[in-house]
Formats: sequence, C-alpha cells, structure tokens
Amino acid sequence: MGNLDLTFFDWSVIGPFVWKGLIFSLWLTVVATIGGVILGTALALMRLSGKKWLEVPAAAYVNTMRSIPLVMVLLWFFLLIPFAIGRPIGAEMSAVVTFIAFEAAYFSEIVRAGIQSIPRGQIFAGQALGMTYGQNMKLVILPQAFRNMLPVFLTQTIILFQDTSLVYAIGAYDMLKGFETAGKNLGRPVEAYLLAAVVYFFMCYALSWIVKRIQQKVQIIR
Amino acid sequence: MAWDWQLFCKETATGEIIAGCFGKGGDQTYLNWILSAWGWTLTVALAALVVALLMGLLMGTLRTLPNSPWLVRLGTAWTELFRNIPLLVQIFLWYFVVPAIFPAMKDVPSVILVILALGFFTSARVSEQVRSGIQALPRGQRYAGMAVGFTTPQTYRYVLLPMALRIVIPPLTSESMNIIKNSSVAFAVSIAELTMFARQAGEETSAPVQMYLAVTVLYAISAFTVNRIMRVIEQKTQVPGFVASGGMGAGH
Repeated sequence: MGNLDLTFFDWSVIGPFVWKGLIFSLWLTVVATIGGVILGTALALMRLSGKKWLEVPAAAYVNTMRSIPLVMVLLWFFLLIPFAIGRPIGAEMSAVVTFIAFEAAYFSEIVRAGIQSIPRGQIFAGQALGMTYGQNMKLVILPQAFRNMLPVFLTQTIILFQDTSLVYAIGAYDMLKGFETAGKNLGRPVEAYLLAAVVYFFMCYALSWIVKRIQQKVQIIR
Repeated sequence: MAWDWQLFCKETATGEIIAGCFGKGGDQTYLNWILSAWGWTLTVALAALVVALLMGLLMGTLRTLPNSPWLVRLGTAWTELFRNIPLLVQIFLWYFVVPAIFPAMKDVPSVILVILALGFFTSARVSEQVRSGIQALPRGQRYAGMAVGFTTPQTYRYVLLPMALRIVIPPLTSESMNIIKNSSVAFAVSIAELTMFARQAGEETSAPVQMYLAVTVLYAISAFTVNRIMRVIEQKTQVPGFVASGGMGAGH
C-alpha cells in the first residue's frame, strides 16, 4: 500500500468545499427529473398521437439526443445558449437546461414503453365510456402506465444523479468538483477522489436499494 | 462565424491551408487530427466493449449459479461496486488512485486505464443483462440439463447460455452503443479522442460549431454502425420460432 492518509480529511475541512457541490448535484438531479419527465411525457404523447406532424419532430428530437454523448450535448448547449439568448449564461444554469433537454429524450422512451405496456382493452374501455382522449389518458392510461414504469423511472433518476458529475466538462461546481477542489487545496487529490467515489457509491447504493423496495411494493399483480 | 469547412484543411501549427487536406511529412491538418481522434474513440470503445462483455458474462453467470453462495455474492458485489459509482469518478479512480496505491500501475499507459475503467463500468450493466437473461429461461431448461446427467458447467455451456445469450442481444446492442457514447468521458484524462478534439480544436480555430458538428456526426455514425452490426448478429444467430423478449430499461 502506498501512503494514503484519509485521517487528514474530516468534515470540517472538506465540508465547505463539498457541501455546496452536493447541494447543486442534488438540485440538478431533482430539477432535471421533474423537467425531463414533463417534457418527456409531452414527447411520448406526441409520438403516440397518430398524427404525422407531431410524431416526426418528436421522434427526430428523441433519436438525435439519444445518439449524442451527454458530454457533447453539454458542450453544445454551453456554446449555443448564449447565442440564442444573447447574453452569457453560467455553467450551472447551462447544465440545468442541458439536463432537462437531454433527459426528456430518455424519459420519453420510458413513458412511451409504459403507455404501450397498457393492454389495448383499457383504451377501448375508456372510449366505450365516452371519455375524450384527454380524459382517457389522465384517468385510465397514465395512472397505470406511471405505476408500471416507476422502477425504470427511478433507476433512470439514479443514472441521472451519476451523470451530473459530467458537468465537469463545462466547469460547473458539483459534488465531484467539490471533492476535487478540496483535494487540490489540501494537497491530497488522491484521497479526495477516493472519498468522492465512496460517497457516490453509498448514495447510489442506498437509492438503488430503495428502488428495489418500491419495485416490490408497487408491482401490479395481473 | 462563417461556415468555413476549409478549416479542416488547415495545418494545426502554422494555420496554412494544405491542398488535398491531408498533411504530408510532419504536417498535420485538422482533418488528420479528427480522423486520428475518431480512431482513438473507436479503439477505447471497442477494447472496453471486449472487457465489458468478458467480465459481464462471467459475473452475470456467477450470479445465477445454484449452490455456490460465495460466487453469487462475488458477482453481486462486483456488479454493485461498478454500477454505483459514476463513470467519470471511476476514470479518476483508475487514473489517480490506483497508481498511488499500487505503484506498479504507474507505468501503465493512460489509455489502458481508461479502457479498464470504461470496460468494468459497462461490465456491471452487462452482468445485469446476462443474469436476467439466464433467469428469464424457464426453470425446466435447467432441470432438463440435470436430467440428462450434465454437470453444472455443461448445463450452462450446452443448455442455458446458448439461449440466454440470444435473449440478451437486444439490451447488449444498446450497451454497445452506450459504450461509444460513454467513451467521450475519456476527455477528462486527456485521451486524444473525439470530445477532446472538439474542445481543443474548437478553441484553437475559434470555430467550435464546425468542430462540434463534425464530432457529433462521427459519434452518430459510429453508434449507428454498431447498431447495424449487432442487428446482423441478432438475425444470424436467431433460433427459428424463438422470440426473444426485451423489457423496458433505463440507461444512457
């Protein structure tokens, strides 16, 4: 073993560096999930609408996003947003916009699969009761679909949380950056990266454990 | 911001436009550079894919073994470890932490470290797919193997794995495409791959839009090609009358 010295780190030393980053990572995860789900559901409904002029642009958007690495999407948005709105935007805000736009594509695929997992008889039943398309979606299809896709959906959120570390590419201050900064300032980069890995591991492991429990709870037994 | 595509013919050091766009002798144009970057992206991704498939297949299979709780635990621990740490953090672990703990790793080229990082990260996902592929088979298959007197390795070799591997081809297709996209994270430790090129050349030429566009297109072409190759493999290996069922999955 080399000369690792983890005792060097205690919370009072790294706290100020890491805390700010942790808050941003969590905040980015929550905002991107909510934004991504709303936009993603809209995209999924467009793709399933049966109307060409809605289907084609939605499919093009989703497929484009899904074929580009997230790092490149981050770089693209960081480059283009200031052009689009005519003033510079911080790395943090740019990251939020990118994650919502990027995750929407992935969430839309989950929502689409969830809606398609509902037996067609359910849709017909809604129609037979005289429901409009909107009522049918809101009262019959989506409640069941969201329940079916909840596990995948939560897994995607964990992946999203892991991916927030990629804001490194545009220099936003997230948890990883917090550890890195702490490591540089204290002259202990190796220990800082190791500690970052441990913290990420326990957070993600705990979240996946919770997801597993939820999965068992919400299963619809048919 | 002119849409000047000629800048790919520029020599990277002198800025001269070179006829034919390919630098001769010691000269290197941006076209030379982006092609070599594409080569690095494909090298890293494909080598990591080999690592991921080997380790993922091994660990995923271990997790389904009957009567070997410690091997099951090993497979599960491997999967949980490499699945719950972000890829970028794992790359830093291999690049900074592993050589500090094991001095023998100091001489290993950084490309190898990135390939191991990306390969092990993806192996956790492959292991999940392989495990659920094997578990998706009817239990009777395993019993059938036992009934004809196969040992456990024989049951896996001749009965379970041939079917399970066919079931996991569709999810492995998306993992193979993911690995090309995920190789972009290697920029963080200065591997001369496409994302690194996009950042550096974008800055040098002050024409990031063209550079980003070219890189984005190359990523899309690479992922699409992998998709087609996997589709061919899927069709060639198909067992008539057997329809592999895929589920919903999360991922990037």
